[in-house]
Amino acid sequence: MRAALKPLFDPLLRDNPVTVQILGICSALAVTTSMTTALTMSLALTAVLVASSAVVSLIRRHIPAQIRLILQITIIAAMVIVADLILQAYAYAISQRLSIFVSLIVTNCIVLGRAEAFAMSHPVGPSILDALGNGAGYSAILMVIAFLRELLGFGTLFGATIFPTVAEGGWYQPFGFMLLAPSAFMLLGLLVWALRSWRVEQVEPATTHVDREEALS
Amino acid sequence: MTDLFLRAVFADNLILSFFLGVCTFLAVSKRVETALGLGAAIIVILTITVPVNQLILNWLLAPGAWDWIGAGDVDLTFLRLIAFIGVIAAMVQVLEMVLDRFAPALYAALGIYLPLITVNCAILGGSLFMAERSYGFGESIVFGFGSGLGWALAIVALAAIRERLAYADMPAGLRGLGMTFIVTGLMSMAFTAFATMAAP
Repeated sequence: MRAALKPLFDPLLRDNPVTVQILGICSALAVTTSMTTALTMSLALTAVLVASSAVVSLIRRHIPAQIRLILQITIIAAMVIVADLILQAYAYAISQRLSIFVSLIVTNCIVLGRAEAFAMSHPVGPSILDALGNGAGYSAILMVIAFLRELLGFGTLFGATIFPTVAEGGWYQPFGFMLLAPSAFMLLGLLVWALRSWRVEQVEPATTHVDREEALS
Repeated sequence: MTDLFLRAVFADNLILSFFLGVCTFLAVSKRVETALGLGAAIIVILTITVPVNQLILNWLLAPGAWDWIGAGDVDLTFLRLIAFIGVIAAMVQVLEMVLDRFAPALYAALGIYLPLITVNCAILGGSLFMAERSYGFGESIVFGFGSGLGWALAIVALAAIRERLAYADMPAGLRGLGMTFIVTGLMSMAFTAFATMAAP
């Protein structure tokens, strides 16, 4: 049972797609100024990831090796278009705030990476679990950063007031820096530091001199 | 036009204010030489694909584009994502063949980065921003070149900093990825200062 659920729980912490594999960061940072957009983005990415992994895994025996990347990208793009249209139909305001970032799920390395590295060589069941796990790992990082940015930047969570701000007669002076792009990089850097101080095995080896072969590989 | 160019390079820098292409940005910024190669490839591809996608969007996909054969009410904009990816992949392939044939030295330098670029968020993001902000053809060229230049500038600067960082004594957990994020954050702060320059 434990072994069967390994693809589901491993990507949460031990092999997190964002902090360990350095995948899918592009979209992870841009949508984190509020919990609502971060949650919508997480759900959209997880849905696309699960659907595309399931489809790729389902037809994996019929995909010729030479054109597999084109096929995978087309499948993913189709899923993303569906997700984007659903968002526009049922949550128009949020889809406007997410701007181009839902469409950019196509080039999110997590989705293509899982299709290529896992779904191409595993049956449908484990592929779906693996997709769910990676989606959850990505979502966890997104939610942590969005939590900090929205709470410190606006004093709210999901739009509900937690710290009443000075402008509204409360005591909290909003930390405007949290709403700017640099704070997302800094928070992610600090988060990586915290995770690696806890899980020491993820620390990168020291490189006192960078040699050419290593840099090119 | 100058305003648009300056904004694309500094204030609206694709990496530092929109986080586009960060995966590649982190992976290929260990040495200045390789960063220069990738930066050059990004500039070329963005300058070509944004205007080409602009033409495709306006003449094939936009509502009313098929008016001349009596199908004025056909709206194909939902296909723009697939069309953009197709154009980018095709352009990268064409550029690879052209360089291989006419500029083997440049091909040898850029060759390994070209396939990487097909799945780079910055390239697709450039085209999507063009569609969202409805730029004209001329503006697309300026925007494509400007944002490519901004991207290249950022990655070369980061690579130069990381080369020096190899000698820094920092906490073990911060080594590598963590420190790179913090440096990028500092660079991003510096670039936001340019916003006032672009908006007189």
